[in-house]
Amino acid sequence: MTEEKVWESEGLTAEEYEMITAGLGRQPNRTELGMFGVMWSEHCSYKNSLAVLRSLPTEGERVLQGPGENAGIIDIGDGQAVSFKIESHNHPSAIEPYQGAATGVGGIIRDIFTMGARPIALLDSLRFGELDDEHVRYLFEEVVAGIAGYGNSIGVPTVAGETFFSPKYQGNPLVNAMCVGLMDQQDISTATARGIGNPVMVVGAATGRDGIQGASFASDELTEESEEDRPAVQVGDPFREKLLMEASLELIKTGALVGIQDMGAAGLISSSSEMASRGEAGIEMDTALVPKREEGMTPYEVLLSESQERMLVVPRQGKEELVKEIFKKWGLNAAVIGKVTDDGKIRVYNQGEPAAEVPVRLLVDDAPVYQREGCRPAYLNELQEFSTGDFLAKQKKNRRGTDYNQELVKLLTSENLAAKNSIYEQYDHMVQLNTVILPGSDAAVLRIKGKNKGLALTVDCNGRYCYLDPERGAEIAVAEAARNLVCSGAEPLAVTDGLNFGNPLNPEVFWQFERAAAGIARACQELATPVTGGNVSFYNESPAGAIYPTPIIGMVGLLEDLSQATDQYFKEEGDLIVLLGETGAELGGSEYLKVIHDRVGGKIPELDYIREKSVQNLCLKAIKQGLIKSAHDCAEGGLAVALFESCSGNSRGARVTVETELLPEELLFSESQSRIIISLDEENMAEFSELADKSQAGYQIIGRVQGRTLKINNLIEVEIEELKAKWQAALPAMIN
Amino acid sequence: MKFAVISFPGSNCDQDVCHVTGEVLQVATEILRHDVRQDLTDYDTVILPGGFSYGDYLRSGAIARFSPIMEDVINYAEAGGLVLGICNGFQILLEAGLLPGAMKVNDSVKFVCRQVAITVESSETAFTGGLTRGETLQMPVAHQEGNYYIDPAGLEQLKADDQIVFRYLNQEENPNGSLADIAGVCNQEKNVLGLMPHPERASEKILGSEDGKKIFASLLDYLSSREES
Repeated sequence: MTEEKVWESEGLTAEEYEMITAGLGRQPNRTELGMFGVMWSEHCSYKNSLAVLRSLPTEGERVLQGPGENAGIIDIGDGQAVSFKIESHNHPSAIEPYQGAATGVGGIIRDIFTMGARPIALLDSLRFGELDDEHVRYLFEEVVAGIAGYGNSIGVPTVAGETFFSPKYQGNPLVNAMCVGLMDQQDISTATARGIGNPVMVVGAATGRDGIQGASFASDELTEESEEDRPAVQVGDPFREKLLMEASLELIKTGALVGIQDMGAAGLISSSSEMASRGEAGIEMDTALVPKREEGMTPYEVLLSESQERMLVVPRQGKEELVKEIFKKWGLNAAVIGKVTDDGKIRVYNQGEPAAEVPVRLLVDDAPVYQREGCRPAYLNELQEFSTGDFLAKQKKNRRGTDYNQELVKLLTSENLAAKNSIYEQYDHMVQLNTVILPGSDAAVLRIKGKNKGLALTVDCNGRYCYLDPERGAEIAVAEAARNLVCSGAEPLAVTDGLNFGNPLNPEVFWQFERAAAGIARACQELATPVTGGNVSFYNESPAGAIYPTPIIGMVGLLEDLSQATDQYFKEEGDLIVLLGETGAELGGSEYLKVIHDRVGGKIPELDYIREKSVQNLCLKAIKQGLIKSAHDCAEGGLAVALFESCSGNSRGARVTVETELLPEELLFSESQSRIIISLDEENMAEFSELADKSQAGYQIIGRVQGRTLKINNLIEVEIEELKAKWQAALPAMIN
Repeated sequence: MKFAVISFPGSNCDQDVCHVTGEVLQVATEILRHDVRQDLTDYDTVILPGGFSYGDYLRSGAIARFSPIMEDVINYAEAGGLVLGICNGFQILLEAGLLPGAMKVNDSVKFVCRQVAITVESSETAFTGGLTRGETLQMPVAHQEGNYYIDPAGLEQLKADDQIVFRYLNQEENPNGSLADIAGVCNQEKNVLGLMPHPERASEKILGSEDGKKIFASLLDYLSSREES
C-alpha cells in the first residue's frame, strides 16, 4: 500500500481524508486515522442515512427519549417506562453465524440496560436464502442457535419474531434483534460524560484483539473474501454479560453515575467520543490502564477493539471505589482509565506517551453527511406491470381442475408460512414469568408484575412487498405491526426501525431507502406511533446483488387492562367468525403467486388509512368491551391461511361461507390489508354490530367455529389436526 | 415458615422462584449468595433455581457444585432438610451427589422450551404428598441438558425405592430423550427432589397453568402439618 492511500485501509475516501487533515490542521497519525475510520463509518456516523432519517416523526406525548441515545424510552404511566431498540448484526452473522447472532443479542441487551432498564424481552427478525441450499441451512441453524445460546443463558425471554426466506438473502442473511426493558422513570440513565475531573472507567470484561474494525467491516459489501474477515467478528459470553447487567443495574440504582455507555461497535473510541460529544466535554485516557487479556496491544487496537461485555462509565468524583466494589462483587473488572476534561478533545496516551489528540466535534458531530442521489430502479416497471388479473385469466381454463385443498397445503408447508415453533421452542420464551401470550400469535403479551398492565410486542416487515414498492411496503409493515398489537388487545405506542438495505452508493438502492423511509414516516404519523430509535444497515449485498429492501418495524403497545390480552385462536364450538375489513383482488407480491406460480410481481395491496384505523379502532374497542374471544390479522397467505392459523391453536374447525364475486384464488389467498378475523359468542353479536355499524371498518359474518375441519365455501375442506401436523413438520423437514 | 433460594452466578430463575414462593404463596423467601457460607437450619426448604450457573461452561452444574454454599446445602440435606432443585438446580444436585444419576444433552442436541405433560409417579415426598399417583400435570420445560441417565442397576434401585417422582406422560411428551421418560427423581430419604420442568412457571393462571403450584401447595401442607405436630 502506498503512503498516499493510507486512508483506504480505514475505509475512508480521499475527500474524507482531506476533511480530517483540514480539521486537524495537520496529517493524522495512524491511531487517529483509525479513530476516524470507525467513527466516520456508516455504522457509527449514519453519514449516508442521516439526511433521510430526519424525516421520521420522533415526537409524541409518551416519548421520554427519542433517537440519539442507546435506546428510546416511552412513558407507560405509574412512573414506569419502557426502553426498546432494534439492531442488526447481518455481516458478522454471514461470516460466523453463531457468534454473529449471539453478539447481536448481547449488544442490544447492553443498549437497554445502559438506559437503566431491566431487559424483559427479546424479539428477532431473520432473513435467509432458501433452505434447499446447504450453506443457508447452516446459517439458519447456527443463527437460531446463537440467539438461543445468548438469550437463554442471560435469562431474557425471546418472545416473538419473524423468519422469512428468499433467494435475495442467499449470500447476505439478515439478523436483527430487538430488546425491550422495563424501568422506573427515576432510573433513566444517559450516555453522557460531563463534570470536569470526573473519572472515566472501563468496567466488565477485559479487552482483547477481537472485532477490531468490526464497524468498518459492517459498512462494506460482503465478497468472496469476507470469510477471511472472521477475526472481525466478536465472541460472546452471555454468562459474563449477565453479571455485567446485574452489576450495571445495581450501580445505576446507587445514583453515583453521571453517564454510562455500552462499548459496542468501535469499542472504546466510539463510547468515549460519543459520551464526550453529548456532554460537550473532552476525555483524556491512557490505553495502558485498560484491563487487557492479550499482551502488547497498541493504542490503536485498544481503542478499536470490539471485545464484548464491556461498558464505559463516568461516576462522580470520589465514587470510584463504590464502582469497583460493586463490580468486584460480580467478579468483574473496573478500572479508571482517564477523566473528563473541558477542552473538547479526545486525548489518548499510552503509558503517559501521547498517542492521539482529536477534537470531539470533528470526530463525532462533524462527521460527513451525504445527500445521496436516488433513482427509481429499472426492474420496477416490468414487475409492477405484471398483471395478476391477466395472469389468472390465462390460467382460467385450468382452474376447473384446481384442487384448492392442495394449494392450501402447499402454502402452509412452504418455508415462509410453515409453523415456526421449531424456531421459537429453541428460545426460552417464558423465563422472568411475564409471558402471557406466547410466540406464535399476532404479538407477544407480557404482564408487568405488580400492575394490571401489559405490553404487547411485535416485529414485522415483508421484504418482497418492499422490493415491489418500497414506500407502500414500508407503510404496510408499520400498519401490520400496529394491527398485530391491536389484535392482542394493546394500543400501539411507538416504533423502533431496523432499516436493512444494499449499497447506498447505488442510486437504485438509495431510492429504495428514501422511499421506505418516507413510507415509515407517513404510516407512523397516521397511526400516531413515533420512531424512538433504530438502526441502519447498508451494504447488504453479496455477489448475487442487493437484498430485498427490508425496513423492519419493531413496535411496542400497552394494555391498560391485562385481562384484555387476546390471542388469535378460536376458542369454542359455535362461536361466530367475523371478518373486519374487505377482501379485494390483491394477489400482487403474494405468497400465493410465489409458492404456487413461482412469480414475484404485480402491485402490492393498497393501504387505505381510513379503513386501517377504523378496523383497528373497532377491534380494540370490541376487545376492551369484552365482546370478542380471538382476533387475528389476516396477512401473508390471505384469508385461508389466517383461518387455518386461528383454527390451529386449540384444534378447532370452522365452517366459513363468503359470498363474493372474486375468483376463488383471490378470495382465499389475496393479501388485502386492514383485515382482522375475530370470533365471538353469538350472544355478543348484537352489541358488536352496534359498534361496527358506527365504524367505517366494514364487516361480515363469515361462519362459525365448528367441528374438526376447516371448510371454506365449496372450495376447501381440510382436517385441522392432520394439516397442523404437516404445517409443524414442514420446516424441520427442510432442515434435515 | 421461611424458604431460601440459592443464587449462583448465572442463575436466572432465582427471582422467578422467589416471586412464586414469596408473592404468590406468601412464604418469606430469601435469596442467598453462592459465595457466603450459611447456616441453613432455620430454613424450611432450600431451593436451587434454574438458569445457567457459571454459564453452564464445562457441564451444567459442574462448577456451581463447588460454590462455598453447596457444603451447607449438603449438610442441610444430610440432616433431613428439604431441598428442591429445578432444572439447573436439578443438574447441580446431581453433580453434588445429592441425587443419583447424570444429565446428558437432549437427544435433539437443541434447547427446548415448551409445555409438556408429566405424571406424578410417587406421592411419598413432601413435595408430592398432596398429589395422586398417576395424576397428569402441565408444566413448561426449558433446557438443553435434561436427558436424564442412570445405569440399569441404578434404575432398578430407583424403581424399588420409589424414587422416580415424575415422568413425562409418554415418549411424545418427553422433550429430551431421558431414560424411562424420567422428569424428576428424589433421594432414598425422599427429602431431596430434582426435576427438569419448572413448577414456578406454572403457578399462576395468567401464565397458562397452575399445575406447578400443586407441588408448592403439597410442600406447604407438609410443612404446616409438621409445624403443628
